[in-house]
Amino acid sequence: MSQNAEKVLDHFNLFREPEYQEMFKNKKEQFENSVPPDKLVQVREWTKTWDYREKNFAREALTVNPAKACQPLGAVFAAVGFESTLPFVHGSQGCVAYYRSHLSRHFKEPTSCVSSSMTEDAAVFGGLNNMVDGLANAYTMYKPKMIAVSTTCMAEVIGDDLNAFIKTSKEKGSIPEEYDVPFAHTPAFVGSHITGYDNALKGVLAHFWDGKAGTVPALVREPNEKINFIGGFDGYTVGNTREVKRILDLMNLEYTILADTSDVFDTPSDGKFRMYDGGTTLEDTAAALNAKATFSMQEYCTEKTLPFIAEHGQEVVALNCPIGVSGTDKFIMELSRVSGKAIPDELKKERGRLVDAIADSTAHIHGKKFAIYGDPDQCLGLAAFLMELGGEPTHVLATNGSKHWAEKVQALFDSSPFGKDCHVYAGKDLWHMRSLLFTEPVDFLFGNTYGKYLERDTGTPLIRYGFPIFDRHHHHRYPIWGYQGGLNMLVRILDKIFDEIDNNSNVPSQSDYSFDIIR
Amino acid sequence: MSITAEETREQIVAETKTRNRALIDEVLKVYPEKTAKRRAKHLGAYEEGKSDCGVKSNIKSVPGVMTIRGCAYAGSKGVVWGPIKDMIHISHGPVGCGQYSWGSRRNYYIGTTGVDTFVTMQFTSDFQEKDIVFGGDKKLEKIMDEIEDLFPLNHGITVQSECPIGLIGDDIEAVSKKKSKEFGGKTIVPVRCEGFRGVSQSLGHHIANDSIRDYVFEKQGAEPKVFEKTPYDVAIIGDYNIGGDAWSSRILLEEMGLRVIAQWSGDGSLAELENTPMAKLNVLHCYRSMNYISRYMEEKHGVPWVEYNFFGPSKIAESLRTIASYFDDHIKEGAERVIEKYNRLTEEVIAKYRPRLEGRTVMLFVGGLRPRHVIGAYEDLGMNVVGTGYEFGHNDDYQRTTHYVKDGTLIYDDVTGYEFEKMVESIQPDLVGSGIKEKYVFQKMGVPFRQMHSWDYSGPYHGYDGFAIFARDMDMAINNPVWSLTKTPWE
Repeated sequence: MSQNAEKVLDHFNLFREPEYQEMFKNKKEQFENSVPPDKLVQVREWTKTWDYREKNFAREALTVNPAKACQPLGAVFAAVGFESTLPFVHGSQGCVAYYRSHLSRHFKEPTSCVSSSMTEDAAVFGGLNNMVDGLANAYTMYKPKMIAVSTTCMAEVIGDDLNAFIKTSKEKGSIPEEYDVPFAHTPAFVGSHITGYDNALKGVLAHFWDGKAGTVPALVREPNEKINFIGGFDGYTVGNTREVKRILDLMNLEYTILADTSDVFDTPSDGKFRMYDGGTTLEDTAAALNAKATFSMQEYCTEKTLPFIAEHGQEVVALNCPIGVSGTDKFIMELSRVSGKAIPDELKKERGRLVDAIADSTAHIHGKKFAIYGDPDQCLGLAAFLMELGGEPTHVLATNGSKHWAEKVQALFDSSPFGKDCHVYAGKDLWHMRSLLFTEPVDFLFGNTYGKYLERDTGTPLIRYGFPIFDRHHHHRYPIWGYQGGLNMLVRILDKIFDEIDNNSNVPSQSDYSFDIIR
Repeated sequence: MSITAEETREQIVAETKTRNRALIDEVLKVYPEKTAKRRAKHLGAYEEGKSDCGVKSNIKSVPGVMTIRGCAYAGSKGVVWGPIKDMIHISHGPVGCGQYSWGSRRNYYIGTTGVDTFVTMQFTSDFQEKDIVFGGDKKLEKIMDEIEDLFPLNHGITVQSECPIGLIGDDIEAVSKKKSKEFGGKTIVPVRCEGFRGVSQSLGHHIANDSIRDYVFEKQGAEPKVFEKTPYDVAIIGDYNIGGDAWSSRILLEEMGLRVIAQWSGDGSLAELENTPMAKLNVLHCYRSMNYISRYMEEKHGVPWVEYNFFGPSKIAESLRTIASYFDDHIKEGAERVIEKYNRLTEEVIAKYRPRLEGRTVMLFVGGLRPRHVIGAYEDLGMNVVGTGYEFGHNDDYQRTTHYVKDGTLIYDDVTGYEFEKMVESIQPDLVGSGIKEKYVFQKMGVPFRQMHSWDYSGPYHGYDGFAIFARDMDMAINNPVWSLTKTPWE
């Protein structure tokens, strides 16, 4: 017996003790019908080969370890960015349990969202009653200012009509006639979580701007000098949005952050649970129609929203998750161009500090090869930053990336000698990435928490980036946008590089001559 | 106990009951009338001597109230089938379900992931619009071909249906049968666990159990396994090896002289499932999720089953003796030897932690067996569970709960976000034990919390080794200095 009260052993160490090791061995040998060791080694080694890679890339039907989630997750994320708004997902209830868990595991925050809890009878007769009762309950219990409705694939397959259902609910008195219930159909079998974000955001804007589903006259645009800002589906929303606000304030701009999730995913622990916190006010959301322009930090999260806004008479600017010097330069110069405001000296200084930091450290990044996977914009932004640092984004992969996206990434590669031997993979998954890392190894991998399986299998050190990050805490509180965000990213990359250098030069009398005290 | 003490106790119980009744009335006020009526049936206080907890259960959740429940897919793929390590479980339908349940349940296992084991991987048919319109059977066939090609060491495949499958009329049974034949009789299990079936995870457990019956036990043309039986063979049923729970349980059974021939389903394999009907006794931890298959094996194969509880030394000792009672003196002596062996550890753990936890109160809301099973472990540490409820329990769970809870304990079935928040706010327990969706709500309120599904990334909690970890974790949750910081000092 190894357990003791003095120093309690938990799963990290308990099962390495001899009594457990012996037990595992016996279980395997006697009961598991396990694969013979030589066969296991043979197949394991085969999975690392070009032959396996070709078979793997020939897959047409099977998806293994995708880097994407489904539409309603993005819809819920967008919805909680509005003041006192409760997301209501029409369909099976298990989905909502999943979205809430998924978001809470990343942000370490509560996620409030309700379901219309449709079951077999609703599958046969439709979910109208569930909507009628559900809206009444959610409205009465949780007193939201707005309920934003989206759908699970169940409701989509049976063809429930949200617009009609919400109307009927109002007629039946579930919620007041004038109460705001924007909606978006978000089928899980189309696109990914970024599509859902796009649909939900467009749904909210269409609701306020275009006459609340035909119940009031559409708003007439009265142009002003304000700028709208959309962050997109962003795991760094807390840090990023606050950094963007700081920049916009520095530039003396008047602005509206649309779907501002920075407070609801960062509530204090002070004895009170805030179901709602911060968020774009409904007044500001309606008034956003009048803005001079709308900036989207993630083009592929707003493929429908931006054209919708443009149709309403605004200039729209689409960026691709700008990270680093050039990306931020473009963001700020576009802000200046659109608003006619000068860029303040403070930002110039911040820029110079980031360039200074890069100049201090670039020798450790220059010529290193990187693999990146994640959402399309996040891949683009990071790849551009790495090339700016002299790194090579050798493999860039987005499971939810389109052909259009792939062309854009290729154009980025073509713009610099550091992109010469780099390749883009749209619609591929992390099992494809595994083959890439075995056959064409790189120095470091960027990706979310699931990347740790690739790190384990291929030995490629993982720099955590994107969403979800479950196994490291608080990254979402630090921006990756703006010059400050660029600095954060730079430090994160360098820390991993230096840790690796140290780990590879620390064997006494063998490699520790390089165990330098100054790097 | 003196008469005065007895009277005091009765008075406290009476006051608790009055408070709980008032609290339930208060909480119900928020609902529209129809909903209040429905929810009232799920809330109550246990009355000593009654055969159940006086609440209705296993009924549809009310729309819009923020139920904590999941779905049948979660019950089948997430709970029952997912941990079977040498089979590939296809999340059949759109990408989300498989993504959200990928690796999050902490079903520990030993194996080379992606080569001979596949638990922490996400295999999905990633349905697109055309699959919905034209059906996904052809795609499923191709997926199985690709699995055979790229993962040749897999021992079987399951098809875990997501909502659309049952709605678009796909015939996954036909595909599975055809492919099984084509692959030389490989075990391929179609599971009809679409998320809209039933009212919670619970029906998913049942459906998954039935699919084991139909496609593992009664597989057509299956060769009888060559298996040398011993008189001491048992199978662990209903332990998902969260944080290694099944391992810290198995070791005790082996130490008392039993031979564990299978684990269901944490760190389990297809061979273990197949061999289970040859056990002398099935020992059942999570009654809710695996009583069905246990009953089947009893009826069909004559394997008796017995429930046990490996949380906390009191229940462990009781359970070891109960299990031993099915065997001869050799095993009965073995049980006593094991209890004796761990006695010192138990005493030391209690001596260290009980003084720090004595008299502290706990409110629970979990799934499966835990709303009752962990109560003994808390009591071993001097703590009192003052409220408990099941996410997806049935009446037989609430009947079993009467053996654990004290008179007057607050009971809440399928609790809503609002109810749970208000009840905790009013009762102010020293600890809440529930899931990830609840964790941060209560921590914001300044109430210490432990996740009782995932062990908050710790564990194991089963067995004597696990009890030490359980005690340490409850202490660190409650007695961490952070809770003294939540109040702003200048206000």
